[in-house]
Amino acid sequence: MSVLGDAAAKAKGAAQQVMKKAIEVAPDSWMPGGRPDPLIRRQHGHVGQPVSRLDGRVKVRGEARFAAEVPMANLTYAALAYSTIPKGRMTGIETAAAEAAPGVVLVMTHRNMPRLNPPPLFMTASKAAAGDDIPVMQDDRVYWNGQPIALVLAETQEQAEHAASLVTVTYNEESAVTSLAAGKAQGTEPGSFQGEPLKIDIGDAEAALAAAPHKVDVAYETPRHNHNAIEPHAATLAWDGDNLVVHDCSQGVAHVAWSMAQVFGLKEDQVRIHSPFVGGGFGGKTMWSYQVLGAAAAKLSGRPVRIALSREGVYRSVGGRTLTEQRVALGAQADGAFDAIIHTGTVAMTAHNALPEPFIVATRSAYAAGTFKLDVEYATLDMIANTFMRAPGEAVGTFALECAIDELAVALDMDPIALRLRNEPEKDPTSGTPFSSRNIVEAYRAGAERFGWAGRRAPGQRREGDWLVGMGCATGTYPYYRMGGGAARITLHSDGRALVGIAAHEMGMGTATASTQVAADRLGLAMDQVTFAYGDSALPGEVLAGGSQQTASIGASVMAAHQRLVGELLKLAGNDSPLAGLKPDEVESADAGLRCVAAPDRFESYASILGRAQRDEVTVVAEAPPPLEMQHWSMHSYSAMFCEVRVNAVTGETRVSRVLGSFDCGRILNPKTARSQFRGGIIMGIGLALMEETQFDERKGRIMNPSLGEYLVPVHADLPVIDVIWNDIPDPHAPMGAHGIGEIGITGTAAAVANAVYNATGKRIRDLPITLDKLM
Amino acid sequence: MTPFRYARATDVTDAVRLADGGARYLGGGTNLVDLMRETIERPAALVDVSGLPATIEAHDGGLLIGAAVRNTALAEHPAVRARYPVLARAILAGASAQIRNMATVGGNLLQRTRCAYFYDEEGSRCNKRVPGQGCDAIDGFNRIHAILGASPACVATHPSDMCVALAALDAIVHLHGPDGTRTVALTDFHTLPGERPDIETVLAPGELITALALPASPLAARSTYRKVRDRASYAFALVSVAAAIDLEDGIVRDVRLALGGVAHKPWRATKAETALRNGPATEAAFRAAAELELADAAPLAGNGFKVELARRAIVATLGELTGETA
Repeated sequence: MSVLGDAAAKAKGAAQQVMKKAIEVAPDSWMPGGRPDPLIRRQHGHVGQPVSRLDGRVKVRGEARFAAEVPMANLTYAALAYSTIPKGRMTGIETAAAEAAPGVVLVMTHRNMPRLNPPPLFMTASKAAAGDDIPVMQDDRVYWNGQPIALVLAETQEQAEHAASLVTVTYNEESAVTSLAAGKAQGTEPGSFQGEPLKIDIGDAEAALAAAPHKVDVAYETPRHNHNAIEPHAATLAWDGDNLVVHDCSQGVAHVAWSMAQVFGLKEDQVRIHSPFVGGGFGGKTMWSYQVLGAAAAKLSGRPVRIALSREGVYRSVGGRTLTEQRVALGAQADGAFDAIIHTGTVAMTAHNALPEPFIVATRSAYAAGTFKLDVEYATLDMIANTFMRAPGEAVGTFALECAIDELAVALDMDPIALRLRNEPEKDPTSGTPFSSRNIVEAYRAGAERFGWAGRRAPGQRREGDWLVGMGCATGTYPYYRMGGGAARITLHSDGRALVGIAAHEMGMGTATASTQVAADRLGLAMDQVTFAYGDSALPGEVLAGGSQQTASIGASVMAAHQRLVGELLKLAGNDSPLAGLKPDEVESADAGLRCVAAPDRFESYASILGRAQRDEVTVVAEAPPPLEMQHWSMHSYSAMFCEVRVNAVTGETRVSRVLGSFDCGRILNPKTARSQFRGGIIMGIGLALMEETQFDERKGRIMNPSLGEYLVPVHADLPVIDVIWNDIPDPHAPMGAHGIGEIGITGTAAAVANAVYNATGKRIRDLPITLDKLM
Repeated sequence: MTPFRYARATDVTDAVRLADGGARYLGGGTNLVDLMRETIERPAALVDVSGLPATIEAHDGGLLIGAAVRNTALAEHPAVRARYPVLARAILAGASAQIRNMATVGGNLLQRTRCAYFYDEEGSRCNKRVPGQGCDAIDGFNRIHAILGASPACVATHPSDMCVALAALDAIVHLHGPDGTRTVALTDFHTLPGERPDIETVLAPGELITALALPASPLAARSTYRKVRDRASYAFALVSVAAAIDLEDGIVRDVRLALGGVAHKPWRATKAETALRNGPATEAAFRAAAELELADAAPLAGNGFKVELARRAIVATLGELTGETA
């Protein structure tokens, strides 16, 4: 790591460890009053209702303006040229033909690019947002095959693309490490994630494995994956003096504003990011070179810029999920009790980022075992920086772990669900902290019954015509996160309307809708009395739409702001109010006003309070309390995934015929949008299992399938009806009792598919994707 | 995309005149425009022939299909569905509904390969793009590449589904060029790569595909198309089989068999046909014929599975047509 050196990372990790210990012994008092969120008790409010998307209408009518659609006068259009070598120096860039091409406004290379600071690498500061820390177009160095090396601005997109195709570059190529084998030959390094080493040893797992009467010890591989949000990355940018306005597609507006300010040497409030609609994020919509290049080109040209990456441009200049090689070894007693869980392996990373795909995260908390050995090592390659992609670590880690458990169940001649439940832990097996809310047993019971798991037969025993039919299951887990820095502003008007503002994001998952439901219940208002403002870096809070944490962050922030609002209102109510003398803890919002919890007839409406105080409105801003619940409890979303596949005995083609996801994710805030989000994750999991693969040519470090024609994701014809159920058991330690649901759907799905393929065919495919040639 | 001139032809003669021996003809543009946007194709001029007559007429007991007929219209035509089901099924197995609505019959014949190295104009070598440059596919990703008829210069495959059915149906391509008209058998229309993989058809400069003739084919009524691919829709064939068979008392009186996804052109399986003709319609006979056809297969590092897959697909498809299960 170049920006955050190893020593700094270790120091930070050590400090976090001390903090963690201190918090573990402290009371669970992150919430005001130390009580569970009162919304958990409320049964007949907006929360839990299947409210249709508030932004659905503008989206289906084409009225929602995405980043590449924002109109601006005098706009110029950008196109990029990309490097074709993995490492070296550019010895010459020929731009004359491009400059002479019709409509060209600017050709920008490292020779005329403004001198800028390196982008702040994700996790090196609370608002650092960049996928790598390589200075953007600052010198003649090439760091990966596909790096942007020139930008052309023109009057139309077509003119820009044509001119960009005329830029020619000569290179002095240097020896590059572009294969995993070469990377491993240079030696691997231990990975760390979130400031902690990705290495856990509890007892002597190798000895326990050797001594165990039953065991499996197998290797799994998962390939690189690229981000393919329906909306390719785009920004429309303009400078107003020294202030920069960026219409972006972002899952971290506050983060990108701060990071862009660092790059351009500005104050944070000189950069404004607008991002009201995002066509899918999945971890890829953070900060990459396109925002920096667009802003620099706007500066140089003195005109607004639209930079909309082509699909190939996304593959070349935005990172994806890295490959993994994993070993899972399980040792067990005859009754299935685990003596040892070993989950180790190697991933590919670069020298310019810090995300060693943390595939052991789910394994840390999934099962009880006598001993553990978990370890993620990384090899350093010359390639585009890998990054977060839906359930980074868990999506591919649970593939290996949950397949290995299926393999052990076969070895033990045990039902794989029974084997999992036999090893259900009483507390977090590696951290020792108690679980806040874990109902995976219930999820399996309900799922197995609904799916008809009892009808599953021995491998290879069910055939319908040419089709071999099989069932598989797997556990999915994804941690509950709530990052620090959440904040919200509430403006309550005397007519009873409220504006809730927070720098959060709607990327299609239903955040705007669910957050309005939560805010309306919190404030005791009707849905149409609450406006939820988001997608603007000028709003309070640093609320990453990542780690499935946004809903919790918004929830805690709005809760804190509401608490402050109640205090303000009680002050304004004064001694003439029925509420006189009550403390904030003694009142609650209901029916567009405040009432005493113990004596509900002591009530005064917001309109009455504000009217008597002669106020048109009252505004409060508050920060969410630190996320102590995460330290105090082991908190996770869970799923029991069930899958039925049909494998063609002649051709090896696999078709998923049934899927059921049985979820344990706390309280579900909006069943309608939640169901879609679960299904979207499951679909991505099916793609992970059966077809997604970046073809990375290790000879030159070049991605060879940068298009949706050749990088396969599931189409409708690949997908069955996806059944989704949940238990709706609230977590008393989480805001609204809710856990994140953005990433749990993909987690465990690939293993459920692979295990079903085994049950259908008797063939165990351990390297993804499961293509027909592996099954013939 | 490189700037180009554009002209719209009113009839065939006008088109050939406008092309002046140099322009590219534009049908639905579903492949050509993509290739132009990638700067792999850089025609100086396009002559739009999508407005030329798009009729499907009776012709010598068969059908004469205008080159501008859209793929969807051809697949839905009642005579095609009833008398040449293999063709309707092959078309519907390709691309997506939206693309089929745009793509023309003539353009479908001129589709270019999906080889990743052919598409990577900036970063990879390709003899098809630049003769003599070298081929990065032979030692690279070649899972979708040819197992039959390839050369050291090129291992690419032809991507069309429709053409595989046309090869099996003995379709005739009608051409109109600066020197007049001529006809070419579909099986002779596409070429093997040899040392010049940049040349993919026998079209002369300025020559326009005007129509396809499907000869009368009694056995085509018993025909089908099977496509094996990596997802259920919108993916190119790893292997496909077009087959038609005339069966009498368990004996193969006549048979047509063509393979897709295995060669630089739609692969008419004449060796297998000869072996099958007048023999028993049994799984063993199908397998022996398939093995004979594939005896010369020369797979690459990434596509060895295609040999076995093609064998299985042939046996299964003939089995499906004759009621013999594989």
